Amino acid sequence: MSINRRTLLAGFSATLLAPRVAHAATVADDGGRTITIPEKIERVFAAGPPASILLYTFAPELSLGWTRRPSPAECAFLGAGACDKPDVGRLTGRGNTTNLEMLLKLKPDLILDVGTINDTYISLANRVQQQTGIPYALLDGRFTAAASTYRKLGELTHRESQADAFAKYADNTIATIKGRIDKVAQNKRPRVYYARGPRGLETGLGGSINIETIEFLGAQNVAGERRGGMATVSIEQVLAWNPDVIITIEPAFAAAVRTDAVWAPIKAVKSGRIYLSPRLPFGWVDFPPSVNRLIGLWWLAKMLYPDQFPEDLQPLTREFYKQFYHLDLTGAQLDRVLSGQS
Amino acid sequence: MARSSVPGMLIALAVLIAALLFAFTVGRYPAGLGDLFQVVAAKLAGRPSGVPAAAIDVMLQIRGPRVLAAVLVGAALAIAGAAFQGLFRNPLVSPDLLGASSGAALGAVLGIYFSLGVFAIEACAFAGGLAAVAAVYLIGSAMRARDPILLLVLTGVVIGSLLGAGVGLVKYVADPYNQLPAMTFWLLGSLAATTASDLVPLVGPVALGALVLVALRWRMNVMSLPDEEARALGVPTGPLRIAIIAAATLVTSASVAAAGIIGWVGLVVPHIARTLVGPDFARLLPAAALLGGGFLLAIDTVARTATATEIPLGVLTALVGTPFFIWLLAGMSKTWS
Repeated sequence: MSINRRTLLAGFSATLLAPRVAHAATVADDGGRTITIPEKIERVFAAGPPASILLYTFAPELSLGWTRRPSPAECAFLGAGACDKPDVGRLTGRGNTTNLEMLLKLKPDLILDVGTINDTYISLANRVQQQTGIPYALLDGRFTAAASTYRKLGELTHRESQADAFAKYADNTIATIKGRIDKVAQNKRPRVYYARGPRGLETGLGGSINIETIEFLGAQNVAGERRGGMATVSIEQVLAWNPDVIITIEPAFAAAVRTDAVWAPIKAVKSGRIYLSPRLPFGWVDFPPSVNRLIGLWWLAKMLYPDQFPEDLQPLTREFYKQFYHLDLTGAQLDRVLSGQS
Repeated sequence: MARSSVPGMLIALAVLIAALLFAFTVGRYPAGLGDLFQVVAAKLAGRPSGVPAAAIDVMLQIRGPRVLAAVLVGAALAIAGAAFQGLFRNPLVSPDLLGASSGAALGAVLGIYFSLGVFAIEACAFAGGLAAVAAVYLIGSAMRARDPILLLVLTGVVIGSLLGAGVGLVKYVADPYNQLPAMTFWLLGSLAATTASDLVPLVGPVALGALVLVALRWRMNVMSLPDEEARALGVPTGPLRIAIIAAATLVTSASVAAAGIIGWVGLVVPHIARTLVGPDFARLLPAAALLGGGFLLAIDTVARTATATEIPLGVLTALVGTPFFIWLLAGMSKTWS
């Protein structure tokens, strides 16, 4: 009852305060909310890191700024001018760092939030929309939904045909990779340990967003029996799991683990199957949980199933960086990305 | 008059030995005490042990260092707590009273924030703990007051909350995907990543601080008396206070640097030790060290074996410590009323 009233109120004030109300259209977002968007969308505020990456890939000119501006090293792997946009902070999620008055001053036509959709985020979206009168759209952040997320973004920004190319890339990537992996017998699928933290002892439990792509690829996450988010484990436990493959995002750990006597008995170390995930400009496996993981899916598939994925990663990487990051990679840049160094 | 402390000391020793046997027997990797004995026996006899090399590595490279670290950290926190409780003449004092833990926490989260290596993070934590207590002592003693101890405690509380705000600020600006979880894990305390090379920076400071405290054991008894009485007995309270605080801070900071923030051990264990062997520091310090080592080792063994993932030590010690603390308060409220 009270939620209904709030939604109603939010809709009301959005209609009253929206600057270009004349030819407004209504769109249903992924949270099941109906929002009214102005006819022209030129300024979009991304509420968090996944949204700011999605928006940058789709239409960098719409973006008002970054949640956290990429570091200079990361900026070198984005299109020209990408890092001229300011830091604008984060609007939802853990730690709200955006000032609402500053948000109003930026005069966005639309606020975009990408990620988990639950009652908390829906009510936050309704609140901000009600307070500011700016339409606030929630989009599904699961990477398996990437195609429909792009299509929805196209609808929200009146750029449907532009969204089509991105949606097709996502659909093709996911369908091609899934098609090949479905043919791999269960006992041929590697047992994977995902290592994070300076000593490689932080890992993602079953169903955690950090290992979403690893699980999608049908690999067995050795820590997957328990469900949850991130957790620490002991070296003893990793030895007992004895994984076939170690995937990591820590360059220092990846370098040290090959010569560390303690890790030496593990199958993955013995066979040299320790893979350091590329991370420039955005991580390929883990974070931020946005469309940056689409190219990571190819990389991960090739590392886990080398026989099924004979493709050369270099042209795939070039193509993705051109379309999504608006950048023509030089040969040196390509080597640096694929090396996994930061 | 004073009852014999021998049974109490034996109980403390038995706790440690039981914890040691328990810790070496269980683990996530199938290797146990039997393997260890077999390896040692075979070494002595000069024949191959037949134990798989991986099991030997687990016992010597992984479980062994971790067990030693747990005993050292537990013992260090317990003797530091005993020393502080005597020095401040208050049973509710723990070794982080003067900001050692909050300083170490700020040092560690800064280290994580700047993406330093593991040893550098531990060094930052150690330095942070020492610097925080030094600052508290300098500020507290710069102000002349009738009750220097009370002033010191209050300064510790104030500086501690300032450092806590610093930790909050660093967490707020940290990268939420990578750094923030690492900081959270660190602040909850864990020995999961302990290796043999971690023992060196732990053993040195702990041994040094413990030696100082043991050397001062008789004077610490006198320090438990009010200042005027101690001075009347010819004990130089000022320099002694510095020495005790420095030694306790050294062992606390080294422990926190190695294991993260682990509460309750330094608060609870000295009380149990006191009921076992009485308040004389000559007996209290060794008893607290034995009990603290045994207690934290037992807790850490549960932390690493109960589930496939680690349970944070700070959480487990609080689960055990809180009921005890309430019981302690209940006993004290009787004497207050």
